[in-house]
Amino acid sequence: MSTIVTIARPFDPDRALIHLGAWTLALMWILPLAYAVWTAFHPSAYETRFDLLAPLTLENFTRAWTAAPFGRYYVNTILLVTMILTVQLVLCSLAAFAFARFDFPGRNILFALVLVQLMVMPDILIVRNYATMGRLGLIDSILAIGLPYFASGFAIFLLRQTFKTVPRELDEAARVEGCSWLGLLWRVYVPLARPTMLAFGLVSVSHHWNNFLWPLIITSSVHTRPLTVGLSIFATTDSGTDWSVINAATLITSGPLLIGFLIFQRQFVQSFMRAGIK
Amino acid sequence: MTVLRNLAASAALALGLASAAQAVDLEFYFPVAIGGPATQIIDELVADYAAVAPGVKITAIYAGSYPDTLSRAITASRGGNPPQLAILDAPDLFTLLDEDLILPWDDFLTEEEMKTWVGGFFPAFMQNSQTEGKTWGIPFQRSTPVIYWNKDAFKAAGLDPEVPPATWDEMVEMGKKLTLRDASGKVTQWGVRIPAQSVWLPSGLVAANGGEMSSEDGTEAYFNTPETIGAIEFLAALSREHGVMEPGVLDWGATPRAFLDGQAAIIWTTTGNLTNIRKNATFPFGVGMLPAKVRRGAPTGGGNFYLFKGASDEQLAEAVKFVKWATAPAQAAKWSIATGYVAPRPEVWETEVMKEYVKEVPGAVVARDQLQYTIRQFSTYDVLQVSKAFNDNVAAVIAGEKTAAQAMADAQARADAILAPYRK
Amino acid sequence: MLRREWLVALAFLAPALTLLFTFTHYPAIQTVIDSFWSTPRGRRPAAFVGTDNYARLLQDPIFVRAMVNNAIYAAITIPASILLALVMAMFVEGRIRGRALVRMAYFTPTVLPLIAVANIWLFFFLPGFGLLEQLRSLLGLSPRNWIGSPETALYGVSAVTVWSQAGFFMIFYLAALTTIPPSLREAAAIEGCSRWTFFRRVTWPLIMPTTLFVSVNATINAFRTVDHIFVMTEGGPNNASMLLLYYIYAQGFRFWDTAYAATLTVVMVAILALVGIGQFFLLDRRVHYR
Repeated sequence: MSTIVTIARPFDPDRALIHLGAWTLALMWILPLAYAVWTAFHPSAYETRFDLLAPLTLENFTRAWTAAPFGRYYVNTILLVTMILTVQLVLCSLAAFAFARFDFPGRNILFALVLVQLMVMPDILIVRNYATMGRLGLIDSILAIGLPYFASGFAIFLLRQTFKTVPRELDEAARVEGCSWLGLLWRVYVPLARPTMLAFGLVSVSHHWNNFLWPLIITSSVHTRPLTVGLSIFATTDSGTDWSVINAATLITSGPLLIGFLIFQRQFVQSFMRAGIK
Repeated sequence: MTVLRNLAASAALALGLASAAQAVDLEFYFPVAIGGPATQIIDELVADYAAVAPGVKITAIYAGSYPDTLSRAITASRGGNPPQLAILDAPDLFTLLDEDLILPWDDFLTEEEMKTWVGGFFPAFMQNSQTEGKTWGIPFQRSTPVIYWNKDAFKAAGLDPEVPPATWDEMVEMGKKLTLRDASGKVTQWGVRIPAQSVWLPSGLVAANGGEMSSEDGTEAYFNTPETIGAIEFLAALSREHGVMEPGVLDWGATPRAFLDGQAAIIWTTTGNLTNIRKNATFPFGVGMLPAKVRRGAPTGGGNFYLFKGASDEQLAEAVKFVKWATAPAQAAKWSIATGYVAPRPEVWETEVMKEYVKEVPGAVVARDQLQYTIRQFSTYDVLQVSKAFNDNVAAVIAGEKTAAQAMADAQARADAILAPYRK
Repeated sequence: MLRREWLVALAFLAPALTLLFTFTHYPAIQTVIDSFWSTPRGRRPAAFVGTDNYARLLQDPIFVRAMVNNAIYAAITIPASILLALVMAMFVEGRIRGRALVRMAYFTPTVLPLIAVANIWLFFFLPGFGLLEQLRSLLGLSPRNWIGSPETALYGVSAVTVWSQAGFFMIFYLAALTTIPPSLREAAAIEGCSRWTFFRRVTWPLIMPTTLFVSVNATINAFRTVDHIFVMTEGGPNNASMLLLYYIYAQGFRFWDTAYAATLTVVMVAILALVGIGQFFLLDRRVHYR
């Protein structure tokens, strides 16, 4: 919409409607969270009674923090997402490069097998993967939480798409200069695929930060449990649920990710656009 | 044997060996099913034991809720790394037997100990701990359901605030007076709240109706009986007919909150909630036994100590010693006061600390006194599947999708199908 | 020369493909095999039972319920999430006041763990004192036990799913909308073309590939997103909110009936494979286009 139109029509009912709609929806979307934040900062007696003058408190946070080893859960989650992302980027770049730049027999079949994972995700094969981890002696380890996700079909697919857009002349030139295949990948392809990697990285980190079902099954101790599993265990008790404390714990578990995305939301959106995931 | 051990220990010391070389390692899983600092209390308990028994190193592993702890015990055992000891839900007994994971305590105790120690627990708690003529579980964090009533609400409704309902009929009568509606007809306070998400509280109704829930050998569930059907009919009628309970399947976790906020004047929940409610209630409240129909009745609940297969004789001997110590009066009293669980041995209630506590919190004795009326907690082979058959059908009755008779017949058919392979 | 390149390609592919086969293809095949055996228990080893597990499947009312529920869940969450995502993207793409704030409001739920927001929503839905109920009572409506009643529980959990994923899909639409050349828009403005016509004639066809991509993701999520079930309903009451993946979990890791869980997984894999084949034909054009 151009500015000329706006000046010509000082009051545009359409625009007013759009504003109304956009803000109503935004309010609806943020309401449950706002309420969670509100209860987390007020004594539990006010959980169900909204009162502007209710006293503020940090007690719910200290209670949540001391009642469960959230510090340890943090370390586990950070280890987990870092490990997964690093391995994913390395392994999937290699594979994507092979699919994008080499002609070899069976390439299409292999690539189709990779794409199978876009549908049949490890999230669903929990029963069998649990047995495999048992045989590998990896049950209740952080490695076991990440292992099924290391070879990401989605990452291979995305990176292959990006690598295919790299002009062939560039790598011919590099090859002539005596660059190895690995060097070529590292010096030419990876830098050009940075926006794709960033976008994928954000998706991967948020997905694994929030992943629940598989970690719930494969972990059973404080030393391996990520935040999501720790939170779910914390929230299930025989005696009543204390929502103020649980909401505080919820904010504790998702706080850093939330703040990170609030700061980087522009970059997040832009990296998606540039990566052409659309 | 102790003498021998002591001799061996002093010999080792005399030889200048580090006592650490002698240390026995024990791994012990425990769940925390109640809010609050139960983890810290267990850690303290273990630390205290380390002071009395320096030769034993106990690692207490917090494994989450009861089902989480059971899962962990099963997977660790299948992986060849079982704990030596675990606190697990009493009804898990048959699952543990089916998985072939546990040992009877009888094998590690003298006849004398069987009589004085095992015989010294409240018999009500032993109902879920013994089968096939052996003792498999030692009661530790046990409970029963009780009712809590809001004395202010009783007063406001013109009822005697000191007298809780003693029978189902009284509960309905009082419930009608306690159910308050505003001008638009919307309910602002419900008379009664019985969260029926699990088997536990409905089985309190079954007990009061003169019924039982399961057989001693864990192969029979008693769903399609007049007592159970009557109990479920009554449960559904509370909201559908008498209008004294909120409709729908009520949330267990939100029940104390509903009570504390004045949303419900009488609630059914575990005695384990006593500490929580005592701390947060802004009004005087009472604790009472579940009301009676043909008799008083309630299930027991909570966790037992189990001994696991795969440990060395030495470890098992030490594990038994630890459990004996942990259930001794001083420790059991401490645990009971800190958590609200029922101290499992009469002698614990004779200690000074416990008497002090009872003076301060008279409600604490209600659960103990109710033990004389309890039935066996619902427990069968494949207990979670059988429970699910029951819970699903209770929900259907509450929603008005089935009659109680139809639902319990369905639940029975399902339970019988699940249990058939276990009936030899 | 050519042979050497094959070896290089193989070396590059090997680590990723090994892991992929170990944790996706092998378990998928093994799951099919497991479904023809009984569950091993402590004293009873696994035995070959043929198609017994499948016979049980067809007799199992909870399985049937889970399939029906999952179909309803998909039928609600897929279109609702897509529609809302598109609306959100159009809102945020236009020049509205406080655009950054609005975008943040839409997007934030996506960043939070579903298992965590489920607790918030559980509270939100609580009859009598949840926020939703307080709002309803302001409007003079009587309380409803949203997730404690079989009629509404599935809608309750569907709402949470839509809430948590719409903002994520919005990002893809935003990316697509910005690729529409401004010149088209100016031309349309000069022609006096209404917003609706512009959307129908220009925007919608241009963002079609995004819609396909988003709908495939929404479809997968309709089978995969069950985290909040753990906190909110555990599939109840009376299986009213039982979904297939949650049932697999319950059978496999609560009841320890791994063989039956494997049988259920086969059904799930078959469904997703069908969706995948469908997607392949739908997206075929786009893949070639790229």
